[in-house]
Amino acid sequence: MSMLLEVSGVSVTFDGFRAINNLSINFAPAELRAIIGPNGAGKTTFMDIVTGKTKPDEGTVIWGDRNISLLGMSESQIAMEGIGRKFQKPTVFEAQTVRQNLAMALKNPRGPFVVLMHKKTKLNAARIEAVAEQIGLSDSLTRVAGELSHGQKQWLEIGMLLAQEPRLMLVDEPAAGMTPEEREKTTDILKEAAKTRAVVVVEHDMEFVRRLDCKVTVLHEGSVLAEGSLDHVTSNQTVIDVYLGRAHA
Amino acid sequence: MQRSFLAQNPSVIWFIAILALFTVVVTILSEVSGVGVISTSFIKTLGKTLCLCLVAITMDVVWGYCGILSLGHFAFFGIGGYAIGMWLMYARTELIVIESLAAQAIPSTAAEISDAIGNQIFGVVGSSEFPLIWTFADSLFLQLLMVILVPGLLALAFGWLAFRSRVTGVYLSILTQAMTLALALYLFQNDSGLRGNNGLSGLQNIPGYRDVPQATVSIIFFIASAIALGAGYVFFAWIVSGKMGNVIKGIRDNEARVWFLGYHVERYKLFVFTVTAVVAGIAGALYYPQAGIINPGEIAPIASIYLAVWVAIGGRGRLYGAAIGAAFVSLVSSWFTGGGAPNINLGFYTIQWTDWWLVLLGFSFVAVTLFFPKGIGGLFDLLMRKQS
Repeated sequence: MSMLLEVSGVSVTFDGFRAINNLSINFAPAELRAIIGPNGAGKTTFMDIVTGKTKPDEGTVIWGDRNISLLGMSESQIAMEGIGRKFQKPTVFEAQTVRQNLAMALKNPRGPFVVLMHKKTKLNAARIEAVAEQIGLSDSLTRVAGELSHGQKQWLEIGMLLAQEPRLMLVDEPAAGMTPEEREKTTDILKEAAKTRAVVVVEHDMEFVRRLDCKVTVLHEGSVLAEGSLDHVTSNQTVIDVYLGRAHA
Repeated sequence: MQRSFLAQNPSVIWFIAILALFTVVVTILSEVSGVGVISTSFIKTLGKTLCLCLVAITMDVVWGYCGILSLGHFAFFGIGGYAIGMWLMYARTELIVIESLAAQAIPSTAAEISDAIGNQIFGVVGSSEFPLIWTFADSLFLQLLMVILVPGLLALAFGWLAFRSRVTGVYLSILTQAMTLALALYLFQNDSGLRGNNGLSGLQNIPGYRDVPQATVSIIFFIASAIALGAGYVFFAWIVSGKMGNVIKGIRDNEARVWFLGYHVERYKLFVFTVTAVVAGIAGALYYPQAGIINPGEIAPIASIYLAVWVAIGGRGRLYGAAIGAAFVSLVSSWFTGGGAPNINLGFYTIQWTDWWLVLLGFSFVAVTLFFPKGIGGLFDLLMRKQS
C-alpha cells in the first residue's frame, strides 16, 4: 500500500541540541496512530517539520499520491495540501463565535480577494452545522469561543480541523485537561475521523492511548524507539527503561 | 440567516447619520450661508479633524483589527499631502508667473516660463531646476493618481519585505518607525526636491479660483472631507465585518493558527497594510489644502505615535472608536495648545498648558491603557448593556 506521508532520515538541530535524529516514520491514508514518548523526545518538533514551521537540516518529507516534497512549502500551502494541525494548548479564535471559527476553517478558496468577496451560502452553513454536530457543539454555534469550557475548546479546534477536510490530522494532546467523559467523546470523534483519513495523536496519557486502540509509535531522543500495538511496545524493555519506568517512578 | 450588511453593522447607520447631521449643521452655521456663527478658520479645523478621523480609522484597521502596530501611517498621510501639494503649488505659481510675464512687451518662451516657475518654487532652497519627481506636477489628474499610487506602492514594497521575513510585534513597529524617520529626514534635505524644511505652502489657494472666498473653499473641503470619512467608514466596515474581518482578527489573535488553517497570512497583512496606506494618503490629500502648508515635521515619527494614541484612547478594534478618539484628542489638544485652557497658578509654579498638555496626554494614554483598555468606545458597551 502506498503511504500518505513518508518521513525519512530527517534530522534537525537547535543550538547544538539534536531534537530530531534520523527520524523515519510513515503513515497510511486511513489510519489512527498514537505517538508517545518522554518530554523532549521530539514529538512536537516532528509536527513542526511536517506542517512547515521548522525546516529540517536533512532528510525528506514526501506527501500524497503525487509524491511531492513538503520541504520548502509554506505552512499555508501545506495546510491546503490537506494536513491539519491541532495545537497542544487549545488554540481557537476566542473573540469570535463558534460559527465564525468553523467558517474560517471550512475548506474553501483562501486567497484574500476571494475571501473579501465571500458570501455566506446555505451549503457552507450546512457544512458548518454538520461539523458542529460531529463535535457536539450544535447548540453553541452563536457563542463566543472564549466562553467555552476547556474541553469544548479542544473539540472546537478538532472541529476546525475536520472542517478543513484534511487527509492527515496531527493532533497534539487532545485529552489534556479533560474529564473522563470528555475523553471518551474525544476518542469517539478521533476514531470516527480516522475511518476516512490518517489521524496522528500525540499523547502522554497511556489510558487515553489504550482507549484509542491503535498502532503506537514510541519516540525517544528524536527517533523511533519502537512501533506496534500498545501491548507490544509497553513490553519492550528499552521503552520501559526510558519512558514508562520514568513515568512510574 | 443571510442578514444584510447594514443590519449586521448598526454602527454604520449611526455614524453616517451623525456625520451627515453634523455636516449640514456646520454648513448652515458657516459664513457661506450667511449665518456666520462658525468662523472660517474653525471650519478648517473641523474639516481637518474629519481627515484625522479617517486616518485614525485606517490605523484602527491595521492595528486594532489586524494587530500590526504601524508607526508609518501618518507618513502615508503626509505623502498624500505632498502629492496634492505639488500640483497646488505648481499650478498656482504658473498662473502668477504667466500673469506677471504677460505685461512684458516680448512674449515669453515656454522655457522662460518654466524657469520662472522653478525660481519661484525652489528659490528658497537655492535652486530653480525642476527635480524629476515634479514631472507630473502640472497635471491635476496625474498628481491625484500619485496620492493613491505613491503611498500604495511604498506600503506594498515595504510590507512585502517586512511581512515575508516574518517580522512581527514590536520589531515591526520599529521597522515602520524607521521607514517614517528615513522619509522625514530625506524630506528635510534641501535637495530632496520638495523644498526641504520649508515644505510646500500656500496650499489653501486653489489655482484658478482666486476670486472664490476662503469661506467657500473651506466649506467645500469640509464637505469633501465628510464624504471621504463617510465613504471610508462604510468601506472599512465592509472589510472588517465579513469573512475577511474574521481572518484579519484571527491574524491579530493567533497568527500561527491562521497559517495552519491554510491562509497565507503575509498576503492578508499586505492587503490590509496597502489598502489602509492608500486611504491614509487620500485623507492627507484632503487635510493639507485645509492646513495650507505641509513640511517634513508633519511626517516625523511622533505624528504616527499620536495616531496610535488617538486610536487607543478612542478604543481599538471598533471603527467609530478610532474616529471619536481622533476627533476628541485632536480638538482637545488644539484647545490646550492654542491657549484655550486657562493656566493654573499654584503659587510657586504656574502650569502652562502649552507645555504641560503633552504630559497630560501621556498620563491619559497610560490611564486608558491600564484602566479602560476599550477606550472611549467602551462607554457605548456600557450604554448598550444598561438598555438591555
